[in-house]
Amino acid sequence: MTLLIVIPILGALALLVVPKRFAWQAAIAIALAAFGQGLALIGGPLPLTERHTWIPSIGAQFLLHLDGISLLFVLLTTLMSLLGILASPKMPRLFYAMLLLLEAGCLGVFLAQDLLLFFVCFEAVLVPMYFLIGIWGAEQRQYAAFKFFLYTAVGSVSLLVGILAFYFQSGLGTFELPVLLNASLPLATERLIFWALFLGFAIKIPMFPFHTWLPDAHTQAPTAGSVMLAAVMLKMGTYGFLRISLPMLPKASIDGTIVQTLGILSLIAILYGGLICLVQKDWKRLIAYSSVSHLGFCTLGLFSLNSTGITGSVLQQINHGISTGLLFLLVGFAYERRHTRRIDAYGGLGKSMPGFTLVFGTAMLSSIGLPLLNGFIGEFTILRGVYLAHPWWAGVAIIGIVLSAAYMLSLYRHTVLGPITHEENRHLPDLSLREWAISAPLIGWAIWIGVRPDWHFHLIEGPVEQIMGRLRP
Amino acid sequence: MIPMNDFFSVMPAAVLALFGCALLLMRFDGGRVYPLFLVVGELLAALGLWRQSDYIGLVGFQGSILVDRFGIFFNAICLAAALLAALGAYRYLETQEENHPEFYSLILFAQSGMYLMVSGTELITVFIGLEITAVSFYVLTGFLRANPRSNEAALKYLLLGAFSSGLLLYGFSILYGLTGSTRYLTITSMLVNRLSTDPLMLLAILPIVIGLLFKVAAAPLHMWAPDAYEGAPTPVTAYLATASKAAAFGMLLRLILGPLHQFRPGWEAVIGFAAFASLTVGNLAALTQSNARRLLAYSSIGHVGYILLGLVAGNQTGIEGMLLYLLVYTLMTTGAFLLLAALEREGVDDFRGLLYTHPAVALLMIVFLVSLAGLPPTAGFIAKYTIFLALIQARQYWYAVIAALYVAVSLYYYFRIVREMTRKPEPASISVQISTGWRAAVGVTAILTLGLGLNPEPIFAWARSALK
Repeated sequence: MTLLIVIPILGALALLVVPKRFAWQAAIAIALAAFGQGLALIGGPLPLTERHTWIPSIGAQFLLHLDGISLLFVLLTTLMSLLGILASPKMPRLFYAMLLLLEAGCLGVFLAQDLLLFFVCFEAVLVPMYFLIGIWGAEQRQYAAFKFFLYTAVGSVSLLVGILAFYFQSGLGTFELPVLLNASLPLATERLIFWALFLGFAIKIPMFPFHTWLPDAHTQAPTAGSVMLAAVMLKMGTYGFLRISLPMLPKASIDGTIVQTLGILSLIAILYGGLICLVQKDWKRLIAYSSVSHLGFCTLGLFSLNSTGITGSVLQQINHGISTGLLFLLVGFAYERRHTRRIDAYGGLGKSMPGFTLVFGTAMLSSIGLPLLNGFIGEFTILRGVYLAHPWWAGVAIIGIVLSAAYMLSLYRHTVLGPITHEENRHLPDLSLREWAISAPLIGWAIWIGVRPDWHFHLIEGPVEQIMGRLRP
Repeated sequence: MIPMNDFFSVMPAAVLALFGCALLLMRFDGGRVYPLFLVVGELLAALGLWRQSDYIGLVGFQGSILVDRFGIFFNAICLAAALLAALGAYRYLETQEENHPEFYSLILFAQSGMYLMVSGTELITVFIGLEITAVSFYVLTGFLRANPRSNEAALKYLLLGAFSSGLLLYGFSILYGLTGSTRYLTITSMLVNRLSTDPLMLLAILPIVIGLLFKVAAAPLHMWAPDAYEGAPTPVTAYLATASKAAAFGMLLRLILGPLHQFRPGWEAVIGFAAFASLTVGNLAALTQSNARRLLAYSSIGHVGYILLGLVAGNQTGIEGMLLYLLVYTLMTTGAFLLLAALEREGVDDFRGLLYTHPAVALLMIVFLVSLAGLPPTAGFIAKYTIFLALIQARQYWYAVIAALYVAVSLYYYFRIVREMTRKPEPASISVQISTGWRAAVGVTAILTLGLGLNPEPIFAWARSALK
C-alpha cells in the first residue's frame, strides 16, 4: 500500500526531468502504474494493515489500513487521476506533477489510520490543487484558487485543534485511530471536539452554508482539476465524518441536537443546491451546484445513523464520483471544441455529436438516479435508511430528487436536444477514440453498480458494521 | 597561561574570532576567497562544537561558560544561519559593489558573540557576547555605505539597540545587587529563599525580559525591526532575523529556566502579552505590506509570537517546541530572504510571473512560503504543530485558538506572493542573480525544509536531548 502512495510522488518528481514531449505519456504511465497497484489490491486479503515508524516522539506513525470502503475510494482515486491525465494532453510537466501529488495526498487520506498522517495528507492536497486552479484555470482563476485555499485551510486549522484536543483528552499518547477508539470522553467534551472536526470536514464536503467556495473553484479549475475536486476531494470530508467523527465521538454523534442540525443542514443543501441549479447559465457551475445537492444526500445518509443509511451514503459517494466525474469530463470535451461554458451557446449537439449525446445522456441519468444505473441504488438505499430514522427527512429529500431530474433534463434539452441554434455547432467533431476510452470505464462502472451492486455492498458492509458497533453498542 | 579546559570551552568562538581577524587583513582582487575562507572557519568551529559534545558539563572560566547540549543546539543554529547567509551573500554584494572582506569578518564576529550569549552562564559574559553581536550587526546593517536606506536602518537599529542593552544591563545590575554574584549558579542558590512575587525581583526581571524581547523583535518592542530588515543588505537581514533572534532566545531561556525559573508570576504576564501582541501586530501588519521584505519582516514578528507561546505553555513540550521552531524558522526564513536577495526588486508585485520566467526559483520560494505558513508536509507545520500541542497540553486553549486564527491570516499574505507568481508575466520581467554558493545554500535549506517536514523525528530527538 505504501507503494500506492509512493508511486505518484516519485513519479511527480521524475516527471520534472522527463523531456517535455513525453510528459503526457510518462504521466499516463505513472497513473496507470498506480491504478494497477489499486486493482491488484482487489484480489488481496481484506483488511490489510501496514505500519512503519514515523515520529515516535509524539506517538505518530505511518499507519495505513485498507478495508472495503478504503478500497473503493482507492480505486476511484486512481481511476479518476488516470482519466484526468488522459483528458489533458499537451499540458506542461508541472501540471501532471501537481495532479500526481494530488493523487498521492488523496490516497493518503483514504488509507491513513493515524490521525496525524490523515491530517498531513488532508492538508497536503491543498497546495497542488491551489496551483491546478490558480495556474491552469479559466479567467477568474486567481480569485477562485485563493478562495478555495483560504476556506479549506481555515477548516483544516479547526480540524487540527480538534484532533489535538482529542489526543490530550484521551490521554493515550498516540494518534492511532483504533487505539483512540478505546477512549471515552464526557459528552460535553465530545461535543466541542465534534464541532471542531465538523468545521474542517463540512468545509471540505462542502455542506451548506460553507459551500460558497465550491462553484468558483469548480468553474475555474481545468477539466482534470474539476474532476479530481468533484470525484475525489469532496469525499475526503464525508470520509472524515465516517472514519473519525462517528466512531471516535459516538456520544456526540448520536446526540439529538447535533444529528438534527446536521440533518437539517443536509436537507437545506439538497434543496438549495437543486434550486440554484435550475437557474444556472453556466454548464460547469450547474454541475458544481448539483454536487452540493448530491453530497447533501451523502451526509443525510451518514447521519441517519443506521447501517442502511451509512452503506447507501458510502455507495452514493462512489456514485457521485463516477457520474459527476464523467459530467465534468464531458463538459471539458465540449469546452475544448467550443471554448465556452455558456449553456445557451450550445443546443442541438445531438445532430453533430451523437456519441457525445449518448454518453452525456447516460451520465445525466446516472446522476438523476434512474434505475439500472448507479445513482438509483445509492439514493434508494440512503432514502430507505433515512426513512427508518426520520421519515420526514426522507419526505423532504425526495423533493431533491425531483429537482435533480428537473435541472438535469433541462440542461440536457438545452445543450444536446432540439434544433441547432448556433452555426458553429453544426460541424463539431464527435467523440474521438481517446474520449471514448476515457468515458467507457466510467459508464461501465455505473452500469455495473446499477445492475449488480452486491460486490460493492459486500465491501462496504463489514466496515459499516464496525462503525455501527461503536454507535449502538 | 589559560588552562586547557577554559580554552576548550570557548574554542569555537575563538576560532571564529581568529578567522574574522584574519579576514580583516585580507585583500584580494577576485573576492571569491573571502566566503571560502569563512566556510573553512565555520567548518573548524563546527568541528569544535562536535568535539564539545563529548565533554558535556565542562565548565570554563570559573563558571562563566558551560558546555552543554542546549548551548550546542543553539550554536548549531547560529552556525547554520551564518554559513547560509555568507554563502548567499557573495553575488548580492558583488552587484551592490560592496564585496569587502570585512563583511565576512563581521559575520564571524557576530557569531562569536552569539556563542558567548548562549553558552555563557555569567551575567557579564553574556552581556559582552550580546554587545559583540549587536555592534557587529550595527555595522552589517549599514554595510551598503552608498545607500541611504541602509544607513538609516543602521542608525535606527543602533539607537534602539543601545537603549535595550542599557535596559538589560540595568536589570543585571539589580540582580547582582540582590545576590552579590554574577554567576547563574550562585544567583540561583541565593534566590532560593525569595518569594516568587518579590517586588524587588520584579524590578530585576522586567528590564531583563523586556531588553531581550527587544532583541528578538517581539511586539510591542518591534519598531526597529521592519526598518532594519528592509534597509539592511538582504543576506544580513536573513542573518539578523534568524541567528540574532535564536541567540537572544537562547539567552532568555537560560535565564528563565535557570535563575529566574521560580519567579514565573513575574515574567509570565509579560511574555504572554508579548506573544499575543507579536502575533497580532506581525500578522495584521503583514497583510497590507506591498514590499515583500517588509512583509517577511512583519511575519517574522508573528513567528516570534509563536515561539513565545512555547514559553507561555511553559511545559516540556513547549520548550522543546521553541527549540524546534527556532531551528525550522532559521531554515525557512534564511531561505526566503536569500531568495529575495537574488531578485533585484522586492515589491510583492515584482513577483509577477516568476513561475513562468524562473520556475526553479519560484518553486523554491513556494516551498519556503508554504513552510512559513505552516502547511504540511513542510517543517513549518511540525514547528507550529508542536507549539499547538504544548498549548493544548497546558490547557491554554485561548492562546491556541488565537494562534490558530492567525495561521489562517498568515496564509492570506504568504499566498499573495504565490498568487503574483502564478500570474502571466509582464514583458519587463525581473532578473535573477545567483551564484554557486547561493544555489548550495538555498538548495540545502529547501531540502531540509521539506525533508524535516516529512520526517521530523531527528529534530525532535535533538531538541529533546538539548533540554536534558
